[in-house]
Amino acid sequence: MKVLGTLVVLLFGGLLIYGTLDFPSWGDPAAPASTHVSPRYIERTLEETSVPNIVTAVLADYRGYDTMFETIVIFTAGIACLFLLRVIKREEAEARMYRHIPTGITLRVKQRARLPESMEEFERIDLMWVPYDLIVKTGCRLIIPFSQLFALYVIAHGHHSPGGGFQGGVILGASIALYAISTNLRSGLAWFGEKAAVLLCGLGVFIYASTGALCMLLGAGYLDYGALSTLFGVDPVTARSHGILIVEIGVGISVMAVMVLLYYNIVSAGRQDEGL
Amino acid sequence: MSDLVPILISKVNYWVYIALMMIGLWAVIAKNNLVKKIIGMNILQTAVILFFISIGAKYNATIPIIMHGHDAGHHAVNAIDYINPLPHVLMLTAIVVAVATLGVALALVIKVHQKYQTLEEDEILAKMDEQ
Amino acid sequence: MIWQIELLVLAIVLICAVAAITVKDLLGAAILFGAYSFMLCLLWAIMGAVDVAFTEASVGAGVSTVLFVAAVFRTSRRTKD
Repeated sequence: MKVLGTLVVLLFGGLLIYGTLDFPSWGDPAAPASTHVSPRYIERTLEETSVPNIVTAVLADYRGYDTMFETIVIFTAGIACLFLLRVIKREEAEARMYRHIPTGITLRVKQRARLPESMEEFERIDLMWVPYDLIVKTGCRLIIPFSQLFALYVIAHGHHSPGGGFQGGVILGASIALYAISTNLRSGLAWFGEKAAVLLCGLGVFIYASTGALCMLLGAGYLDYGALSTLFGVDPVTARSHGILIVEIGVGISVMAVMVLLYYNIVSAGRQDEGL
Repeated sequence: MSDLVPILISKVNYWVYIALMMIGLWAVIAKNNLVKKIIGMNILQTAVILFFISIGAKYNATIPIIMHGHDAGHHAVNAIDYINPLPHVLMLTAIVVAVATLGVALALVIKVHQKYQTLEEDEILAKMDEQ
Repeated sequence: MIWQIELLVLAIVLICAVAAITVKDLLGAAILFGAYSFMLCLLWAIMGAVDVAFTEASVGAGVSTVLFVAAVFRTSRRTKD
């Protein structure tokens, strides 16, 4: 297999390198890829959509269908991961581990054993990997609010700077995964539950698609945000900018929920009780 | 010899991208471990993305965010001053879809490991033959 | 763009890619893949594709590495090749 694979790879690579000889040289402004469609985007974006970041404008307005179905692909991947891994009916583990917080002593409690009346001084910990690290917990508690604030800024300021729904959503999802890593998976689930994640990943796609449908109801084409001008009371160019913002928020919600779902299911192999 | 140097300078980036693609493809074909195969698949994906982005690169141009966008008085925007934004848009979504496919692939790997207790391809095939 | 930096980053990208598929420890491979993603992000920032660089920094170097580490944690860490 290795010899055959090496042969195939060498043959294929040689063909591709032979193909590059006909390419325009690297960084050539007169290359065919840079002279057909993109000059129109670069020159007309600001007057047509009032968004300085051309990438955001092309992503959410000129090629809105593309982005909508990419969002649906991500939604489908999250749901597929849930269906593949999630175990609903599970047998309970044979024991649980508790840590006495003031002394640091760990207790192993067998299944159906009686627990003490007052559990305030105990916290449940994972069976297989039980560190207690004050520095990690405190550090993550300091980092998480700022990373979430930064994610909201990235979504809202995507018109003027690099960023947008995809990046902001990923950072939001990563902050929730960071909380689950720094404490344990049960605290993460208590903060941002599985049901909320599933509902939000559908809600993001719904916001995107219903914005397009709203444009249709107002008498324009699907995802033609200029029709929203009557709704917002602004001129059609500014309405396009607002429509892009709504769509980016939908993308951000959906991507955040899918990232959290992927993390929860992969780290606990679908049982969602113990993880990293 | 003097003819070769300009070709080398203008094409060496493409050749590095092709080398990356071939590393990824070789890992997908020849590696025995499933996680290694997934890493190879991701390297292949990112190399293709790198290739697409480099198609839009321009010398002496700036990033595709229009400068002084909302200042008083519209000035003419010349396409030659800005990098081609179209590959960026297409590949931005491709990166996020790549992580979604990575999640599904890792879910399948975990299912395979639950059933066969190994990630090596030859051992999985041997266990499938036993059953 | 400065071609010396670009060549240096391209060399590191190649080294990281080869190392990620040859190292015999899956956790190490996951971390090397994160380093590879981050170097790609630098490369795109050099090329002027800031949005793509930002996405790769958050997705490739952040969430992908976490997912790989989680999967390695749930399966096995050793490999023969």
